[in-house]
Amino acid sequence: MPNRTDWLVALPVLIPALAAAFGAALHGRPRAQRLLTLFSAALLLAAALLLLAAVADGTVLASQMGDWPAPFGITLVADRLAAAMVLITAIMYAATAVYAFADRGAMAEEALWHPLLAALVFGVASAFLAGDLFNLYVWFEVMLISSFGLLVLGGGREQLDAALTYGLLNLVATTVFLIAVGMLYGLTGTLNLADMALRVPGVPNQGAVAAVAFLLMAAFAAKAAVFPLFFWLPASYHTAIAPVAAIFAALLTKVGVYALIRLFTLVFPASQGWVGPLMWFIAAGTMLVGVLGAAAHWEVRRILSFHIISQIGYMIVGLAIATPLAIAGSVFYILHHIIVKANLFLIAGAMQRIGGSFSLARLGGLWRRDPWLGLLFAVPALSLAGLPPLSGFWAKLLVVQSGFAASYWWLAGIALATGLLTLYSMLKIWLEAFWKEPPEDAPEAAPLSRRERLLLFGPVVSLGLITLAIGLWAEPLAAFALAAGEQLSTRQEYIRAVLGGGGTTP
Amino acid sequence: MEILLALLFGVLLAAAVYLLLARSVLRIIIGLLLLSNAANIAIIGAGRVLGTAPPLVAPGAEALAASASNPLPQALVLTAIVISFGLTAFFLVLAYAIWRSEATLDGEALRLAEPPLLPSTDPALAAQAEPAAQGRGSALPEREGA
Repeated sequence: MPNRTDWLVALPVLIPALAAAFGAALHGRPRAQRLLTLFSAALLLAAALLLLAAVADGTVLASQMGDWPAPFGITLVADRLAAAMVLITAIMYAATAVYAFADRGAMAEEALWHPLLAALVFGVASAFLAGDLFNLYVWFEVMLISSFGLLVLGGGREQLDAALTYGLLNLVATTVFLIAVGMLYGLTGTLNLADMALRVPGVPNQGAVAAVAFLLMAAFAAKAAVFPLFFWLPASYHTAIAPVAAIFAALLTKVGVYALIRLFTLVFPASQGWVGPLMWFIAAGTMLVGVLGAAAHWEVRRILSFHIISQIGYMIVGLAIATPLAIAGSVFYILHHIIVKANLFLIAGAMQRIGGSFSLARLGGLWRRDPWLGLLFAVPALSLAGLPPLSGFWAKLLVVQSGFAASYWWLAGIALATGLLTLYSMLKIWLEAFWKEPPEDAPEAAPLSRRERLLLFGPVVSLGLITLAIGLWAEPLAAFALAAGEQLSTRQEYIRAVLGGGGTTP
Repeated sequence: MEILLALLFGVLLAAAVYLLLARSVLRIIIGLLLLSNAANIAIIGAGRVLGTAPPLVAPGAEALAASASNPLPQALVLTAIVISFGLTAFFLVLAYAIWRSEATLDGEALRLAEPPLLPSTDPALAAQAEPAAQGRGSALPEREGA
């Protein structure tokens, strides 16, 4: 019989799965679909909060599906990092669901939007809880197929082109992942991550292990859009409708980063000599290329897309340095980044509604037209650049501090320079869109109705308040991130929770 | 048997990479299909081809017979085949939609999301290079109830 632990871990998988299934069944009944989305988002939020409360003291919850004992059955595991990621996924689900009620693109194809959004959340939340490499692959595919559907919502011509690039490159990456799963199974005889962690050191052919680890790193790196493998991201994100772009920016690349952190702390901890040095270059390249790419563009969503890439670099910095403090920095950075980035994409959608365009040349005078929008933009924009007292400051502080503590001066230096260039991009948007006189050919935009304003700004204000709260009251989240970094570095609790008492001997 | 599977994996992978590097979208999709089949062969091969007997414990016996096959890779491949089937179907529909709206399947000619003039140093030029305002339902066939 399932006990409390099983329900706690399984509910974040079940709720969006049922929401996707019922959402598809309610095709053609918009009112029921809307209620279902709101209801499941609230339910997921509650389930994620309960899960986080249960793991906050450091216990790792593991649940064996169908009572098949690990390592033979399917295991769902929640540790601090996984539970926090599930909670942030739930927040994003709620925020984009509410915002979409005022988005014309999403509402024009509402019958598809609701089930696809739930399916995406289903894949993402389950990937965070997967305790099994093959399951992780399946969740990646669930996420991928629903993201294809979301990306082409709206049916614009450029969206088809974007979906092709996005889909093909991502599918190649997941297939490489699948090949690596098969080979790692051949080497270790297991698919369970905890069991694998124990068996990898005992594999006689360590060269093959390194090759498979590299394949996995390449696959997740492509998913996370890091330096040499990021091309699909700036080719696609800017074409999606606003709520889709926001939830993509928040979650998709972060699942790749999460998988990198999970695999390279649990299964291949820095024992592989080449992992660290390779990740330094990946991290440095990702930060610089992303921020320079953003500097070259004049379209709000293109600029923001490139900034996703540069911010991923910060998360990889933590993983590259691989001290508990550095991994804590990565964890803090991911949590802060998801909220800020999704918020910026939601605001970009609102800027287009109020100003009539995404191109900086066609925008202008938004500050005069809507001062509230300017204020709401300033919070996440300055947080992204890392200005105190906002959440980005503490995230960057942890990462840079861990860099200095482990004497990676050059990496910390690049991180600081990237922060400065981020500020340049944000100021560019500010000066062009908000302060500049509106250009002669500025497009006319219909004023927002009161209801639209409430629905568009509600999620933006909530996410902005979370950013502010993290910034002004950083201690709890920083302590949580440090504890999560410690937990990821020691591995023992995770392995013991999954495999039981027998998991202590390597 | 494993050697044969390994060779097949290599050949499929080489063909897949060759096709994935092509310009034509259809060739890329076929390459993807070959790549996913290469992955399936890799799983079967890596899981060892142990025997041909069904992996069932005989009545009265305590363990599997030595000639039993390994069921796990087959279960994995079954899952992977279904996924790859679904995704290939999606890409074929996508290619058809692109062909209907653009009348081309040449990857080099499809520059709608990334216009050739971008990035530009001049904001006004960059704004002109952007694709026109999003069309609604222009490319895809009308959906019922949408």
